[in-house]
Amino acid sequence: MENEVPLIKVTIDGQEIRVPVGTTIMEAARQIGPSVAPPAMCYYKPLQGSGGKCRACLVKVAAGSEKDPRPMPKLVASCITGAQDGMVVENFTNPEVVEARKGVVEFLLINHPLDCPVCDQAGECHLQDFAFENGVGEKRFVEEKRTFEPEDIGDKVQLHMNRCILCYRCVYTANQLTEKRVHGVMGRGDHAQISTYIKNSLESDFYGNVIDVCPVGALTDKTYRFKSRVWFSKPVDAHCACEKCSGKVQVWYKGDEVIRVTARKNQWGEVEDFICNTCRFDRKKTSDWVIEGPSKVARNSVIAQNKYGLNQGKKPEFALNYAAKNFKGIDDARDYNQNLDEIKKSEDYKALMQKNDKFFSKEKSLK
Amino acid sequence: MSVTFTEDKLKKAQEIILRYPEGRQKSALLPILHLAQEQFGWVSSDTMDYVAGLLSITPVEVYEVATFYTMFHLEPVGKHVIEYCRTGPCCAMGGEEVFSHLKTKLGIKANETTSDGLFTLKEVECLAACGWGPCFQIREKYFMHLTNQKVDDIIEELSK
Amino acid sequence: MANDIKILTEHINIPGIETFEVYRKAGGYNAVEKAIKKMSPDEIVEEVKKSGIRGRGGAGFPMGMKWSFLAKPEGVPRYLVCNADESEPGTFKDHYLMKNLPHLLIEGMIVSSFALGANKSFIYVRGELMYVVRILEKAIEEAKAAGFLGKNILGSGYDLELVVQPGGGAYICGEETALLESLEGKRGNPRNKPPFPAVKGLYQSPTVVNNVESIANTPWVINHGGEEYAKIGIGRSTGTKLISASGHIKNPGVYEITLGLPVDEFMNSDQYLGGIRDGHYLKAVVAGGSSVPILPANLFYKTANGEDRLMSYESLSDGGFPTGTMLGSGGFIAMDETTCIVRNTWNFSRFYHHESCGQCSPCREGTGWMEKVLHRIEHGHGTMSDIDLLVDVAKKIEGNTICPLGDAAAWPVASAIRHFRDEFEWHINHPNEATKPGAVYMGAEILA
Ligand SMILES: Cc1cc2nc3c(=O)[nH]c(=O)nc-3n(C[C@H](O)[C@H](O)[C@H](O)COP(=O)(O)O)c2cc1C
Ligand code: SF4
Ligand code: SF4
Ligand code: SF4
Ligand code: FES
Ligand code: FES
Repeated sequence: MENEVPLIKVTIDGQEIRVPVGTTIMEAARQIGPSVAPPAMCYYKPLQGSGGKCRACLVKVAAGSEKDPRPMPKLVASCITGAQDGMVVENFTNPEVVEARKGVVEFLLINHPLDCPVCDQAGECHLQDFAFENGVGEKRFVEEKRTFEPEDIGDKVQLHMNRCILCYRCVYTANQLTEKRVHGVMGRGDHAQISTYIKNSLESDFYGNVIDVCPVGALTDKTYRFKSRVWFSKPVDAHCACEKCSGKVQVWYKGDEVIRVTARKNQWGEVEDFICNTCRFDRKKTSDWVIEGPSKVARNSVIAQNKYGLNQGKKPEFALNYAAKNFKGIDDARDYNQNLDEIKKSEDYKALMQKNDKFFSKEKSLK
Repeated sequence: MSVTFTEDKLKKAQEIILRYPEGRQKSALLPILHLAQEQFGWVSSDTMDYVAGLLSITPVEVYEVATFYTMFHLEPVGKHVIEYCRTGPCCAMGGEEVFSHLKTKLGIKANETTSDGLFTLKEVECLAACGWGPCFQIREKYFMHLTNQKVDDIIEELSK
Repeated sequence: MANDIKILTEHINIPGIETFEVYRKAGGYNAVEKAIKKMSPDEIVEEVKKSGIRGRGGAGFPMGMKWSFLAKPEGVPRYLVCNADESEPGTFKDHYLMKNLPHLLIEGMIVSSFALGANKSFIYVRGELMYVVRILEKAIEEAKAAGFLGKNILGSGYDLELVVQPGGGAYICGEETALLESLEGKRGNPRNKPPFPAVKGLYQSPTVVNNVESIANTPWVINHGGEEYAKIGIGRSTGTKLISASGHIKNPGVYEITLGLPVDEFMNSDQYLGGIRDGHYLKAVVAGGSSVPILPANLFYKTANGEDRLMSYESLSDGGFPTGTMLGSGGFIAMDETTCIVRNTWNFSRFYHHESCGQCSPCREGTGWMEKVLHRIEHGHGTMSDIDLLVDVAKKIEGNTICPLGDAAAWPVASAIRHFRDEFEWHINHPNEATKPGAVYMGAEILA
């Protein structure tokens, strides 16, 4: 049957591909490869209904279709726009798209705390990557940043609302995987926030997956907090005979110690098999797992490329510029590969801790 | 605190739920939140849980909605909530002066309640009465063509 | 040209017209009788098409065309939803129409629902207008008692139920897909399009969303025919339009004008706005609700080509964004020389910031950013680069969002800077003078 789905021809940044009718521009581009795939901050293929919100994936449709080759008047969100036969799409090759995307990066960053130095997501953060690859270094936002009161959502998942980009992925995840969603988006506009509204904890068996789908450090694993920087740990593929989920996971080691367990992700950072909370939070011994071997590491991961280490001259400027302005204590020349414990002992770090007393005391009270 | 509708309100709520096609009872959420606010004066989380029960939806679905719309008071409010339009056209009709008079008169700022618990002041956006402005709303009633004098009279009347 | 034909408001001054009895005596519900007894749904759609009437909610999309797009799959219900969320600053015409002539809307809803094959139709009224909800509910009861609503209307076998739904306080629910979400009991987050409501609307069924005023025109179209309707007005701006006027004019209020009325006549004749209040003169106009570009007085009266402007879709938009504006929802705001454009722009910007649903990043973050910058300029803390920053932020929002609220937030800022840049610069260069209460830049002289 599958063979009978008619194929259509789409051209993206000059490269042609044939895809089944009904494929989105995003999926067609991904089939060609990372060089033409638009960035995605909200779209998440495994999550029904996701996409269309962040506008990171805007592209220009230079020709609508074979039948109607007129260009579309506005940029379209490639993750939710269906490809048509004969459609011509411009992504990285179109200045209008590049400009709009710079705008999106800037919009996502203006109110973002950029506390990468103390963020558990650093190194595997899609916002870092997105900004690094599509943004500008210059900072024009001089207003006070919006902040949210810290909220405790249980002893497994840590919420840092200030880092949230409102992609709604975690909401779709809870809708799709749990019986009763207890968190959601409260309020509206730029004060909309992820919250449980009344004190409530995210506990059902599959809730932990919100951590993996979150593109930023807004939802992180409390059992992993501050245990390591991601680039100091080594992921291996492993499985177990789990009665609740597929049991196929990634186990993250620091030395001999299992410091966290996550689902496995494909090259687009999307979870392949969602895992249960038992696997994620409770199986923290090597003996809990059958190890398959080192994980294939995603294309843009710091773990694979040691990106920040290799590109010393080209560090993520936005973050460093910002950090330089705001956390004057940080020495930009510091070696990123220093051991965390050493960093913690350094004067810089202590000064930073003091300067951000308020922030940290809030953090601690949540632990 | 347990929350329940009066018999009247419950009957009304059930009527409202029946207005929508089968399986679409969630559509009744906004009208029923209005009913709840009518009875309780504001919408507490207990009220929201109660409404969720009435509609067989999860509480978080109610929280998400109630926090989206600005008409629902999520904190206790005074006896009279004055919702004052602060938008451009009303300002052009003299709204800013009248509003500052009102604030002085009550001795409170926007989003505050007088110490006697009589008045809560809220700033709202355009109430679709621009040419009849300046205006405010107290519960369902619109007060339009406001002047300082009129404001004094209204406050006096409601303070009785 | 007959300048004073009243399609909607002919009977508005008859005492008791809000009751079924009086409304019926004045010829009300004749259109229902004619439509249901003598016409087929397709014929009605045809008449509406011929009338050339364009949606009165703001976008001006031809109503007949919208109706003909409605998908009609077998066995799936169709819905008509009336957009009575009216929240665009400057706009209060639907409020006026519904509170004074509730039966006109009900009559329009019946014939329109019949034409579209809807058996359950909704009127979504902004929640603040709860008293209007009650007026409409009463009118519905009366119409039902008289056999014009409910089961088997006038013995035709056609059933229709009308539901009045209150909103909860959110401008964004005026956007049609946000309205549908809200009507389903959800947050008013606009949907991504496609699919359009005509294919997947309320409860995932084909749906037409029309403005109150659009629907209120249909009884007249049925009574007199689409061709007659098309004779009123000018060019592609057929019929009449309700204009709600506010600001520094002598006679604020709601007016039904024939489209094509010269702007000058509307502005200055005693029959309409009566001109600017005594001792003052016109500085700027927002002609179609806060979202449309602001125009300085000279460009309002005459187009860039020196032609007299008319109150019509085409004439007001002549010149496009640089020198034109839009008829929009008909929310007409006149500002005299005492108006500080910076302050007004900040005020509008605060509105959009407050009303953004927060779903997409450019609007969620950009509206707040613009407001903060404008707030700074207004309060004497602006810098010259802020002006270009605002223009650039507006540009990065415009066209890149899920729904047109992003554009609506960007245009007032971009147009105010385009036409009144010197005023922004003055604010920045003279923070002390500019922050005095009532201070307004007037070219060389300063009014304080
Ligand atoms: C932010 C926003 C607010 C809107 N508010 C209203 C409104 O209050 N009333 C209205 O009729 N249309 C409003 N519209 C337009 C509607 O989306 C829709 O175009 C209209 O209801 C269609 O009806 P019409 O074709 O009869 O004009 C709004 C659009 C946007 C983008
Ligand atoms: S979420 Fe990403 S960008 Fe934000 S602080 Fe954490 S690592 Fe940095
Ligand atoms: S918490 Fe994370 S997943 Fe949830 S909306 Fe925010 S950024 Fe997205
Ligand atoms: S443009 Fe604004 S109001 Fe519209 S969907 Fe995006 S955030 Fe919401
Ligand atoms: S990825 Fe397409 S809009 Fe977010
Ligand atoms: S601006 Fe106040 S009612 Fe419209």
